[in-house]
Amino acid sequence: MSALIQNILIKVGQKKDRLLDILLSVQEAESFVSDENIKIIAGSLQLSEIDVRQCMSFYHFFSTKPSRHRIFLNDSVMANLMGGQKVKEAFEKVLNCKQGEINADGIGFYTTACIGMSDQEPAAMIDGVIFPSLTPERVRFVVEGINQGKSLSDLYYLPLGDGRNGGAALNTMVNSNIRKTGLLLDDYYKSGSALTIAIEKSELEVIGIVKTSGLRGRGGAGFPTGMKWEFCRSSEGAEKYIICNADEGEPGTFKDRVILTEKIEMLLEGMTIAAYAIGAREGIIYLRHEYQYMRQHIENALAVARTKKMLGNNILGKDGFDFDIRIQFGAGAYVCGEESSLIESMEGKRGEPRFKPPFPVQKGYHNKPTSVNNVETFCKVCRIIERGGEWYRRYGTKQSVGTKLLSISGDCPRPGVYEIEWGMTLYQMLEMVGATNTQAIQVGGPSGSLIGKTGFDRKICYSDISTGGSMMIFDQSRDLIKDVVLNFLEFFIDESCGSCLSCRACTQQIRNKLEKMIHGKGVSTDIEDLKKWAKFTLVSRCGLGQSAANPISTSIANFPHLYQAMVQKEKDYDTCFDLASAVADSCKVVNRVPNF
Amino acid sequence: MSKPLVATASLAGCFGCHMSLLDIDERILKLVELVDIGKSPVTDIKTFTQQYAVGIIEGGCCNSENVHNLQEFRKNCDILISLGECAIMGGLPAMRNGIPIEECLNEAYLEGPTVHLNTEKIFPNDDELPMLLDRVYPAHEIVKIDYFLPGCPPRADLIWDALVALLTGKELELPYEVVKYD
Repeated sequence: MSALIQNILIKVGQKKDRLLDILLSVQEAESFVSDENIKIIAGSLQLSEIDVRQCMSFYHFFSTKPSRHRIFLNDSVMANLMGGQKVKEAFEKVLNCKQGEINADGIGFYTTACIGMSDQEPAAMIDGVIFPSLTPERVRFVVEGINQGKSLSDLYYLPLGDGRNGGAALNTMVNSNIRKTGLLLDDYYKSGSALTIAIEKSELEVIGIVKTSGLRGRGGAGFPTGMKWEFCRSSEGAEKYIICNADEGEPGTFKDRVILTEKIEMLLEGMTIAAYAIGAREGIIYLRHEYQYMRQHIENALAVARTKKMLGNNILGKDGFDFDIRIQFGAGAYVCGEESSLIESMEGKRGEPRFKPPFPVQKGYHNKPTSVNNVETFCKVCRIIERGGEWYRRYGTKQSVGTKLLSISGDCPRPGVYEIEWGMTLYQMLEMVGATNTQAIQVGGPSGSLIGKTGFDRKICYSDISTGGSMMIFDQSRDLIKDVVLNFLEFFIDESCGSCLSCRACTQQIRNKLEKMIHGKGVSTDIEDLKKWAKFTLVSRCGLGQSAANPISTSIANFPHLYQAMVQKEKDYDTCFDLASAVADSCKVVNRVPNF
Repeated sequence: MSKPLVATASLAGCFGCHMSLLDIDERILKLVELVDIGKSPVTDIKTFTQQYAVGIIEGGCCNSENVHNLQEFRKNCDILISLGECAIMGGLPAMRNGIPIEECLNEAYLEGPTVHLNTEKIFPNDDELPMLLDRVYPAHEIVKIDYFLPGCPPRADLIWDALVALLTGKELELPYEVVKYD
């Protein structure tokens, strides 16, 4: 066994459930995971080689080929809207290689799904460092600098970002872009104030306050937080876990990035309060790989919390209240934002969703009761414990209580994070961000809905349009079908874990049909087919599969004229079959001239 | 009134669906009372001379001749039925889909374990031969198909019931076990 792997195994533990960390560490050291190392890892964890390979192949960011540098350019809708195509071409030109290849200098160039920078696209990650607001000129500057052997931080073309982004731990060009603050983002929160109050109360009282507040999960699904904790607390088993879902994979969302940057102490405190309430001793932040630039920043915050006795044994002097938090990195998979996939991934496996029940609160991480909550949810808990459940109910509407952080991007002069009270209409939101000439808003990311003008008086709340926070604005100049819907479908095809046929195959059929229509070969029955096939995806096991056809179904419902415009009037059936191109290959092989 | 005309064809199939058609046994006598069977391997009539009411297609399309044949059927038949797995999904012939055509030809004509006589190592390429398609296509990816009768082969009763339903305008009953096989 090589010294490298030996050290890694000592550091993270020689256990199957740490496979992801082991692979990530090897890759960090050597830029890839070699065949030989796969064999060694498999042997030392008593896994088969194929177990290791199938895990690696599930995630975007593992490589089996060596490279000196790796560039991942975002190809999300927002990146493309802001000129991503030109940036991609610039990369391909200066690197002299295509996307997916490693060039002669050993620089790998890849595209990837949304990296959580929709307010400063086009953005790329180079060896984990974020390069936001790229232009072809900046691409040339950066690649030339890399070729000259300069360090990445010497190639910054923008001043360091606002807020804590400019600090030594983060040292990044990323901006937080906080545009509107509320009870979470306001400055008057004092670290430790909520936890001090919490530990003076009983565990059940803490859960009671959260229940009174009416807080619901802020990841998107909106499950009542107090109830989740209560279930987890009352589930059998002495060992319990708190997991913070910081996978933030929904394209267009970036509010958790901002919370992790600016309010990390609040997050850790919220997790600690949750641990107190349910009786957990271990907490894990599942952080998406794209946010690895925050590692030092979060580690620092954890270290400070430990010195302040807000983590560790006998927290704040409370006898027997022991709790600590570690970071678990993902390796690039959207579906891992789904809580059971996230847990699978944390156990070192492919992040495929589990069948439910049992729910994670019953059997989660290591089959122990586990509460998985969103970053924003934990922070809200701090404020609620500090000020009380009744106080929190004063914000928002009767059914949708409190505030929500929105990640607003696209065609508007002030993209960024806005903390609003639930109940705001989309019109009001557009006015707030200064958007004009708006054609459509994608609410809730690709898995949400594409809403047109007739829906702009709808309210942002659980009972009307619920959202995890992603809001993408498109003005009249955008081609919604080609630039938005098609991109979303490609996204779901890439991210499908492949377990359910409905999600694996149906999305491809839908994409093919849509492409056919875009190419001018549409007939009216195609629209009916799309509607029918979209329903089929609803039988999938997890939320990703069930919402994979939402881009199609919501755009057909809200923009029927765009689909009608792609229908040929004179034909009722068109298969697009072209005999000449279908026989071209075989004629070439047998060396004959096609004759028809 | 003349009886409706029915045509059948076996494209990239195994003739199993036609065998199943013959499995309607003595009802074939009743069938010829109901319809005239025109262009079909059963009658060996090779050309369309008038408009047909129904065309029954067995097999998908693996070469240019299949395509021409199918397009002829579409032109000359009011209703087209895909009969059986191969016509509907490509079936066994479609197992070559996803393998590059050159590999398929190499295996069939040059390197396969049963290839002994092709000493000159040539691929058949006479102009008279149909040209292979890049993959095997189900019938509805070439022309519009009106009805699909599943099965490998579809059972004789299903074929009989479907034809009778079509001719009498009655609704066809499709019990679960007829469309579900696993």
